[in-house]
Amino acid sequence: MNISEYKDVLVFIEQRDGVVEKVSKELVSKGREIANTLGCKCKGALLINDINENLDELFHWGLDELYLVKHKSLGEFMTEPYAKAMTHICKEYKPEIVFFGATSIGRDLAPRVSSRMDTGLTADCTSLDVEEETNNLMMTRPAFGGNIMATIICPEHRPQMSTIRPGVMPMINKDESRPSVITEVAVPFTDADANIEILEVVKHTHELIKIEDANVLVSAGRGIGNPSKLELLGELAEKLGGTVSSSRAVVDAGWTDRAQQVGQTGKTVRPDLYFACGISGAIQHLAGMEESEYIVAINKDDTAPIFDSADLSIVGDLNAVIPELIKLLPNK
Amino acid sequence: MNFDLSKEHLMLQEMYRKFTENEVKPLAEEIDEEERFPVETVEKLARYGFLGIPFPKEYGGAGADNLAYAMAVEELSKACGTTGVIVSAHTSLCAAPIYEWGTEEQKQQYLVPLAKGEKLGAFGLTEPNAGTDAAGQQTRAVLEGDHYVLNGSKIFITNASNADVFIIMAMTDKAQGTRGISAFIVEREFPGFSVGKKEKKMGIRGSATCELIMEDCIVPKENLLGKEGQGFKIAMKTLDGGRIGIASQALGLAQGSLDETVKYVKERKQFGRSIAKFQNTQFQLADMDTRTEAARLLVYKAARAKDAKVPYSKEAAMAKLFAAEAAMEVTTKAVQLHGGYGYTREYGVERMMRDAKITEIYEGTSEVQRMVISASLLK
Amino acid sequence: MNIVVCIKQVPDTNEVKLDPKTGTLIRDGVPSIINPDDKAGLEAALVLKDKFDAKVTVLTMGPPQADKALREALAMGADEAILLTDRKFAGADTWATSMTLASAIRKLDYDLIIAGRQAIDGDTAQVGPQIAEKLGLPQVSYVKELDRDGEHLFITREFEDRAHKIKVKMPCLITTLAELNAPRYMSVEGIMDAYREKEIVTWTRDDIEIDEEALGLKGSPTRVKKSFTKAVKAPGKKYDVDAAQAAQIILDNLKEKYII
Repeated sequence: MNISEYKDVLVFIEQRDGVVEKVSKELVSKGREIANTLGCKCKGALLINDINENLDELFHWGLDELYLVKHKSLGEFMTEPYAKAMTHICKEYKPEIVFFGATSIGRDLAPRVSSRMDTGLTADCTSLDVEEETNNLMMTRPAFGGNIMATIICPEHRPQMSTIRPGVMPMINKDESRPSVITEVAVPFTDADANIEILEVVKHTHELIKIEDANVLVSAGRGIGNPSKLELLGELAEKLGGTVSSSRAVVDAGWTDRAQQVGQTGKTVRPDLYFACGISGAIQHLAGMEESEYIVAINKDDTAPIFDSADLSIVGDLNAVIPELIKLLPNK
Repeated sequence: MNFDLSKEHLMLQEMYRKFTENEVKPLAEEIDEEERFPVETVEKLARYGFLGIPFPKEYGGAGADNLAYAMAVEELSKACGTTGVIVSAHTSLCAAPIYEWGTEEQKQQYLVPLAKGEKLGAFGLTEPNAGTDAAGQQTRAVLEGDHYVLNGSKIFITNASNADVFIIMAMTDKAQGTRGISAFIVEREFPGFSVGKKEKKMGIRGSATCELIMEDCIVPKENLLGKEGQGFKIAMKTLDGGRIGIASQALGLAQGSLDETVKYVKERKQFGRSIAKFQNTQFQLADMDTRTEAARLLVYKAARAKDAKVPYSKEAAMAKLFAAEAAMEVTTKAVQLHGGYGYTREYGVERMMRDAKITEIYEGTSEVQRMVISASLLK
Repeated sequence: MNIVVCIKQVPDTNEVKLDPKTGTLIRDGVPSIINPDDKAGLEAALVLKDKFDAKVTVLTMGPPQADKALREALAMGADEAILLTDRKFAGADTWATSMTLASAIRKLDYDLIIAGRQAIDGDTAQVGPQIAEKLGLPQVSYVKELDRDGEHLFITREFEDRAHKIKVKMPCLITTLAELNAPRYMSVEGIMDAYREKEIVTWTRDDIEIDEEALGLKGSPTRVKKSFTKAVKAPGKKYDVDAAQAAQIILDNLKEKYII
């Protein structure tokens, strides 16, 4: 493999129903920064059936050029047509770096594309840098349930590919003067590419307040004892203008929904205030919340590891403390 | 001398623990409070093979051994003494004597469904006037052509309300004393058989302990277990095995209450620190743990002796005597260390203490165990 | 119907703790478990076996100690178990791992391959799709519901904002979420059989057809440049007081930090 043939950063622009996902804009912003460091271009690849919005914003966040593949098989996500189109673009334009959002689509698609390109893939990255001497991409990700961070490189294969967690790359340096340059790419699709049949699409209508967007989280751990206590936590959350999240144990017990799970296998959150109620503080949980601005922990066990990460630790029974606190708090 | 468990026993222990944590523990308080037999748990026990642990696969069993069985009763009883005794009475007192003494036909007809857990078993020896003195049996069985006719009643029968198959002791020849007692396999549906009133008990309140009534109860001749006159011997041997089960139940109660206490003393604060920091607490815990571990060694030793097919009557008696008394002592200390909360029903240790008491009484009181042990010294 | 389930033995990351002084992982005494998403995959296979009399083969790549995970799978009801173990497999990233697993699967009869979505120790979610790619099979990831009709599977696939009802023809590969089901326990008989009746088939590098260059560390495009633990932050103040006092302290602190 002649590594020097590969240049530019390519961002997979993820869309659902013709609307670009926020994570793709985050990655364009990051891709721009890396392209500047490397002195190359930042490009996007949008695979789509119907475009339902103006694409100029992508360029404002830093794209130099957008490869656009329009085809009827690129509506609802199917692995094979998407993988074929992305591989086609990678082979045709030889990017040095390819980013995907670590969404369910990105994490379904990226392994297929990287495998087809016979290159490496680093999943679920939380930070990206360029190594000075080699210009290799340094992809850092939590591993071992969030216990350690690992920096991964892909020195001898191109493109260097990674999926990146939504919400971790800041959107910076917007420039509305950037021109939109769109290049349509024809991909030789065949009927056989549609190797699954989507019979029905069920959209989740009643989406809860996304915990990753909340400013205040009152989070429930196994220590709450039973699911009826969630009401108490809900009451506190309401007073504080926040919402209820939970640990993996509570989700596993079926008391809360997977969408409310904080932690390595759940969501990464960084609210202004994180209230850990009866959460012992397993590392996989800490991995999802330790960047919170202010952490209050209430736990009966004074040896609970959560206390090592909390800004304010209360050793006590949450069933006694929280009602007292609710009494003291002003109504919102 | 090897104290290590085999890989399969370790994996069984892991499975028993998970099952107990998820399926047994959540119901323990409720079935005690409501004095309700946990039918749903029994179905799950059957599905995963808990009701035929020490029996060969050709008889519907799991093909494991008595150690595996003892460990199952121990783990279940850590969370719920009721669930432990349901398995113990079914396995040791009903399925085991059919396996030991039954004909091939009896094994096919009764042991297979019992071991698979399709049917639940019970055992009837105790009568209003024949407790520790089991020889005073008043239930009579008279052979009339191709069947026996049984008359009499039994009391304190574990599993009675839900059992399908019963091992019943009855006098076939009063003149012969204990040698005149015979054992029968009696189905719940046999004419003249009925289950009487349910006892209100101090502990193991989810276990259905009832009276059995036989009024001209017709039992086919083929349902005689062993030979006429062997009933007393069958009953005594059966109780030897049963004692391993009850000893395991006691062991589980001791361990379960100790585990709860360790958790509690770390959380409970008095005088500004957790009570685990007080030397009295530490010393009590040390004694509780030591008693429990000693009981475990005796219980496992008895189970292993039975598996090795060497005499284990004395070992079983020692295991039951020691484990039962350990259970009483450890659960009492557990309540004490929990203080006022321990006396309430919120923490479960008072339930364990109530459950523990019966282990000193049924399947031979502690006094009977001492008789068995001393008899082997003085013979 | 032949089903191959790929499982991984992982440390229970819930039980892992950090040494507060050195910031290093305390791995001692951490139990090894079957990765939860994989266990859901195994349960899905066993449900199909109960319904359609399928043959379920579990496959893992790992050190010899992974034997226990395979015995557990057998004790739950799997029919056969294969352990891919060889020093030459060590250090593999997901590319090399999927290459090795795919080479082993080529030797087996399969209609359906099931892999858990992701392992709790690595969280990559890559091995399943990469196996599918190497075998040229359709994949459906994040399976939340599963049924079969003839040679087709009917699947509900769960995304963040929507679910897809999908029809796919076998052979194919699916990746499962722990939410798919509640895995059954091992049975007593199953455990006895797993140790006394059944055998774990062990395959080494010589038992599969694969290019030496594609194995282990050598075959891995990615490298771990470095690994580190996050900086340990100094804990805040701890109070052990009665409930009313505690509530007041919380309130004061929140006000002080201008959170309320």
